[in-house]
Amino acid sequence: MKVKMISRNPDNYVRETKLQQHKMPRNYDPSLHPLEGPREYVRALNATKLDRVFAKPFVCNLSGHRDGVSCFGKHPKQLSTLATGAYDGEVRIWDLANRISSRNFVAHDGFVRGIAYTQNGGRIFTVGDDKTIKVWKAEAPEVGEDEVPVNTILSKFGLHGISHNRRDNKFATCGEVCAIWDERHNDPLKTLKWGVDTLHTISYNPVETSILACCASDRSIILYDQREAQPLRKVVLTMKSNKLAWNPMEAFNFTVANEDCNLYTFDTRKLQTPLKVHFDHVSAVTDVDYSPTGKEFVSASYDKTIRIYNAHHSHSRDIYHTKRMQHVVCVAWSLDNRYVFSGSDEMNVRMWKANASEKLGVIRPRERVNFNYQEALKQKYAAHPQIKRIARHRQVPRHVLNAQKKMRTVKEKEQVKEANVRKHTKKSKKVPYVSEKKKHVLKEEV
Amino acid sequence: MTKVTPKGRPKAKTPYKRYFDGQKDTETGDGDLKHVKVFSKNRQNFTGDFISMINKTKKPRPQKAPAKPTKEELEARPKKNPIPKEILDKYSRGEQVQPKGVKTRHFKEQQTRKEVYLEYATEQAARTELLLQETAGQLQADEGETTAEFRQSQIAENVDIQSSAKHFNLNMEFGPYRMRYTKNGRHLLLGGKRGHVAAFDWVTKRLHCEFNAMESVEDVQWLHVPTMYAVAQKSWVYFYDKKGTELHCIKRLNRVNRLDFLPYHFLLAAGNSAGYASWLDVSIGELVGNFNTGLGDIRMLRHNPRNGVLCIGGGRGVVSMWSPKVREPLAKLLCHSTAMSALAVEPKGQYLVTAGLDRAVKVWDIRMLVHDKPLTHFQLRLPANELDVSQRGMLALSQGTYLETYSDLLSGGGSGDGTRLPYIRQRCDAFVHGLRFCPYEDVLGVSTAKGFQSLLVPGSGEPNFDAMEDNPYETSKQRREHEVHALLEKIPPELITLDPQEITGVDAPTLQEKIDAKRKLFHLKAPRINMKSRHKMKGRGGTAKAARNKQIVKDAKRKEFIAEVREAKKNVIKQHTADEVGAKGKAKTKAPRSVLDRFKPKPPKKQKT
Repeated sequence: MKVKMISRNPDNYVRETKLQQHKMPRNYDPSLHPLEGPREYVRALNATKLDRVFAKPFVCNLSGHRDGVSCFGKHPKQLSTLATGAYDGEVRIWDLANRISSRNFVAHDGFVRGIAYTQNGGRIFTVGDDKTIKVWKAEAPEVGEDEVPVNTILSKFGLHGISHNRRDNKFATCGEVCAIWDERHNDPLKTLKWGVDTLHTISYNPVETSILACCASDRSIILYDQREAQPLRKVVLTMKSNKLAWNPMEAFNFTVANEDCNLYTFDTRKLQTPLKVHFDHVSAVTDVDYSPTGKEFVSASYDKTIRIYNAHHSHSRDIYHTKRMQHVVCVAWSLDNRYVFSGSDEMNVRMWKANASEKLGVIRPRERVNFNYQEALKQKYAAHPQIKRIARHRQVPRHVLNAQKKMRTVKEKEQVKEANVRKHTKKSKKVPYVSEKKKHVLKEEV
Repeated sequence: MTKVTPKGRPKAKTPYKRYFDGQKDTETGDGDLKHVKVFSKNRQNFTGDFISMINKTKKPRPQKAPAKPTKEELEARPKKNPIPKEILDKYSRGEQVQPKGVKTRHFKEQQTRKEVYLEYATEQAARTELLLQETAGQLQADEGETTAEFRQSQIAENVDIQSSAKHFNLNMEFGPYRMRYTKNGRHLLLGGKRGHVAAFDWVTKRLHCEFNAMESVEDVQWLHVPTMYAVAQKSWVYFYDKKGTELHCIKRLNRVNRLDFLPYHFLLAAGNSAGYASWLDVSIGELVGNFNTGLGDIRMLRHNPRNGVLCIGGGRGVVSMWSPKVREPLAKLLCHSTAMSALAVEPKGQYLVTAGLDRAVKVWDIRMLVHDKPLTHFQLRLPANELDVSQRGMLALSQGTYLETYSDLLSGGGSGDGTRLPYIRQRCDAFVHGLRFCPYEDVLGVSTAKGFQSLLVPGSGEPNFDAMEDNPYETSKQRREHEVHALLEKIPPELITLDPQEITGVDAPTLQEKIDAKRKLFHLKAPRINMKSRHKMKGRGGTAKAARNKQIVKDAKRKEFIAEVREAKKNVIKQHTADEVGAKGKAKTKAPRSVLDRFKPKPPKKQKT
């Protein structure tokens, strides 16, 4: 007779001292882990609920400005530095790590219209309503010294925005014309003009660095090349675009923030129809900025909220608002992809987490593994109705809710009307179906 | 000596010699000097001669990196450590999803990419087989012996001391006993019909508590932790803790005969003598399901560990499967033509074993209920009154005082002989009332009318436990931690269905549902339209006009609906007839054609009328 029984040596299963970790022998045999599907589902449900429980996106409030915040300038090299300009001409440099304003000076008479850092972060360019471009050192002056600009350029034209080239030492301003400047010269290298309307925002392409895009007050978006003497192309929308941001990773795409509560993502190669129309805002969208990964962007709106969109989705992923935040004028996504800044009319700069439920601070490896697992579960079970409902639910301010209802009724009414018109028109005169994308683009000019 | 590089060749890597380079060259002499590698300072502190200094010449770089193998070559190459297919199958979660039916290219690619990860995960899981510490037990007979003739005392003599201590008898006097092991196999609960309840750690033989309930005890059951258990007493179910303190008296569960516990749902299932099946959520103390099954006195009740469905054996030879949220049985299985006597579900949830008064024991596949034949059918001399299946698929059955185990559920028989002798048999001193294999141990617990016996059945238990699920060596702190985690992922009772993987699948309509939908088309009624006319301030209105308008709109809507339905019906009929005609047409063309067919007379033309 040969006989053998399971006889476990407890030394292999019990820890010797209390200083050791408990021994956890594993056996991944699926038959020892029954009900895999339902258990995973419950875990996913819990992860989604926890996600909503921990969704506290507001990080801090940076107060100091004495008038509404008008524009942001991101430092290309330092994550903890942010420059903001205000309606009273004051520029503040913030130390974000310590949440204080490290430096402030009055740069212009009237509004500060734009701030741009040079590509190495050594200088700051500001433009204002007083038709001047001022160049400032990025470091604070010594104790006892006054804040004086390194250079002041008087422009012949009004200035509404500035953007610095990512690679070389050129920058562009917009206003009555689009002007390309060299850092070392006091005169523009080139001025580009198409039509008579004011250009109110300008942005350099981060990858194809000689391409620029402007938004004009005649509802058009104009593309320029700094090497060419003539503008490249122009597309006219039904309403004015307020701001424009290039996608930093797919640099042939850009998104504009429009007055008609929507954002439009365009492909430069095909301007007739936007790639995507991003809905959800209930008032004019004032600013837009892409995350450095190019997968998401944040938009600020006159409806006192900021929203975060996936670049390829029409509806927003998240909405941020506080009771005290008024009309949001400018917004920026930090270059480490973790924070979002918003500047609003009530003189405050706010810092938000880009991912509302993210845990700040040091994350231990086991915690990290758990977060990754939860993320995977949420994705796997995202389509289940209960999970979807919890993940999508957002509490929005009453005025937004009312405005949403109103917009919905208006839209429904229009749809009904269109259907009725179609029904009562002769079959020979067909009423065409126009897609939502094509409705908003009037024409493209070359 | 300067060579002129030919025009076609690419530029030499080394730049042309400059005037200062020449100086050096002449100093060092010949160009073919060997490169001397000087070691770091501490390595230079050697005591030997300088002669032994290593002169290392730079090795010439290999001219070309070996060409990268193509994809086909890579696939053809045998893998370094191949995993046997049967092990891979054990860890696999099913076949790959074919991207053929997936709609867009994007999702197709997503699916194929996902499959790569899944395959990798399966492989990694299969590789962990190497790390398992224990091997399963076994009992082998020598030449001329069979395992059936070994007595327990013989086995206990031949195994190690630790294992032989697992064989013991308890003689107790409080009548027929019922028994349960905990899920991790560490603790044992005994309940005597005449009120005796005892809980103890059977491995160390440490008694937790022992008391007499002073009432008849019908059944006992551990709850989710080994510190709490439920006892079905004469009228109600009571909860006790490890020390024997009464925690609750559940008056909503009355006259309960059988208890069972669903650990992942935290449900205590009970079947009572009036035929009610009840599920009590022990985490919130609520009955999530309580209804009359109409089966009469419930004496056989087991849950299926694979999906949490409750299998109840009835007097008419039918096993019905119940979920707490559905008042009808999910499935019914006619197993025996006579009354049933025992019922057991395999721990993997694959097979159901039933025994009837017709002295038959049948094994059914409960994943595929479409087969109306049992997988195996044993005929015994006496009807089996208790059944149980071990983790590794051993079957134990008792016929009165006589007890047999079979090494394999499907084929039966012991390992020594092919003539289907039992693996181990045992005659107990009293009638057997309860029979359970101990999880993760090679032990079979038998409770009889006179006490309890712990029998050694080598090879019955799973040797390697997963500490994240059940840990026989857990400390109290670990137990508490585990309890919290288990509570967090408590499965809601709504998810108890026959197919546990239903929730991960796509909610596609079945063929039956499609047919029903089509059939429904022919019995549709126009929906009732509730129109609310807009309140108009301007113009001449009046109730009569409003009512007329309303009627017009209603009629229009109704007409529209009827037209739609008619169209849909037409389509269905058209499709149906087209299918039939197509089938017929195909059958016609299917006749084999031969070359000589052209000499056949042509079919007569239809005459025009």
